Amino acid sequence: MKLKQISVFVENKPGSVGYPCKVLADAGINITTLTLADTKDFGILRIISKNWQEAYDVLKARKFAVSVNDVVALEVENTPGGLSRVLEALERQGLNVEYMYASVFGVHNRAVLIFRFDDTDSAVEKLAGCPDLKIVDSELFFSLK
Amino acid sequence: MMKNYNPVSAQDYLPRELLKQIQLQRLQKIVAHEYEHVPVYRERMDERGVKPEHIKTLKDIALLPFMMKKDLRDTYPFGLFAMEMSDVVRLHASSGTTGKPIVVGYSKEDIDVWVSCMMRALVAAGVGPGDIIQNSYGYGLFTGGLGAHYGIENLGATVVPTSGGNTERQVMLMRDFGVTGITCTPTYFIHLCEKALQMGLDVRDFPIRVGLFGAEPWTEEMRKRIEGLSGVEAFDIYGLSEMSGPGVGIECECHSGLHIFEDHFYPEIIDPDTCEVLPDGEEGELVFTTISKYAMPMIRYRTRDITHIIDEPCACGRTIRRIARISRRSDDMFIVRGVNVFPSQVESALLAVEGSLPHYRILLTRRPDGLDNMTVEVEISGGFDKIKTLEELQAKFSHSVERILGIHAVIKMVPPNTIPRSEGKARRVFDNRMNPTNQ
Repeated sequence: MKLKQISVFVENKPGSVGYPCKVLADAGINITTLTLADTKDFGILRIISKNWQEAYDVLKARKFAVSVNDVVALEVENTPGGLSRVLEALERQGLNVEYMYASVFGVHNRAVLIFRFDDTDSAVEKLAGCPDLKIVDSELFFSLK
Repeated sequence: MMKNYNPVSAQDYLPRELLKQIQLQRLQKIVAHEYEHVPVYRERMDERGVKPEHIKTLKDIALLPFMMKKDLRDTYPFGLFAMEMSDVVRLHASSGTTGKPIVVGYSKEDIDVWVSCMMRALVAAGVGPGDIIQNSYGYGLFTGGLGAHYGIENLGATVVPTSGGNTERQVMLMRDFGVTGITCTPTYFIHLCEKALQMGLDVRDFPIRVGLFGAEPWTEEMRKRIEGLSGVEAFDIYGLSEMSGPGVGIECECHSGLHIFEDHFYPEIIDPDTCEVLPDGEEGELVFTTISKYAMPMIRYRTRDITHIIDEPCACGRTIRRIARISRRSDDMFIVRGVNVFPSQVESALLAVEGSLPHYRILLTRRPDGLDNMTVEVEISGGFDKIKTLEELQAKFSHSVERILGIHAVIKMVPPNTIPRSEGKARRVFDNRMNPTNQ
């Protein structure tokens, strides 16, 4: 039900995002989706890849400040109000969203959003019992095109 | 008591009274020698009305004029030599980053004394025959390489003269030779451990158990990092070319200050402003007199290092006195917005924060309005996916620095391997305040 996300700490300067991407490319690792969070001084490149373990190892070996954590992918209706219905459902469950971003690929004409919760395990538990929300598991997620 | 005892260290355990007699005899002899052979210093003594025969007790050393680094530059290259070149068997020189280099010369006997001190330093760190010591101090004009080399060799340990640089090869040799100890700067050793990790190797799995680290000031926080990273016991070794080179002092297994080989280097602590001699225990500038070095004696040489003398007996049994670890050098000090800052204070502040890596540098710039900015770059390890966590870490660094220095610094966290590594002495401070094009 959860997806593994790789986070790479980068400086906010030219080339700093390109380099880790190049390292993954050279290792033949495909990035399924990604997002870049940035501040004035630094950024965090968050990557979701089917080969996350390999991605982590190859980045670690190149001395990147890299970490792995769990995120959850949720289906969101591709119509006005789709996202706000999901967010309201999360709020009813008392789930706090640390950050979220959209996946490059959708499923069944619906969008897929990646969510980072405080406590992913308890979030997944609550989401599973919530009929308004549909989790995209990793098998389905990595089959999306 | 007397763990690691080796006869080469006999002088470390002399009764204090006997040691003082030896010091006085040697001091009287060296002052007479200096007066006779070095006109520059004789003139200064004459100006003060001091003659060698006025040195009747050790305390009378206070009658003598000081020497400073400037004197070495002003008399470049051989103006302070007290022997004919035919009696001088070796010359060393500093890198001379600021103006002329300083040159030091040694007679055959001076070299012997230097080697004996280096041997005593190695013994204090638990090194002996059977040990294989990788000497990664630079070989050449710098005293570190050859100084450590001959000490290791004469002690009967095996020296691997790698010098600095070619770090991957150093890692390989360290593993393949079963190296048990290393001599280098603390910065370079960390670089070496990290290089090993990049090669898929862990120095903690190697047989190496001891390191003698010197040639730059380092902190207790850095010791913890080194020991955690490598599993070696880290000893602080002190020396300076003006005295001889490495092996003026070293920590024993108690790691509570550095024993000074004071039968050859007579230490004093002075108030750097009034030049008054301070009692043991009070902090001030360290001053040394080389009481056994004849080719180029240094009388009351002001080291610019700030410390105090510890005169309580040490649990190791050595009777030679200790100095507190030197973490502050007047030469390294810089002033930001009226506050005196030592790089070691910044080091302590940064390494006290979990998540920091032992690589940092300090950048000083001047804003157009004339105010100085201090930016501290520090490498951080991984483990973050939230901006919030990173901002919290940044705030921790900021508070830690501000608490220790009392001034605000801009903290710039950078990924591992961003700050250039040094193969010798680390350069920590980059002062661009007088250089507006670099801002």
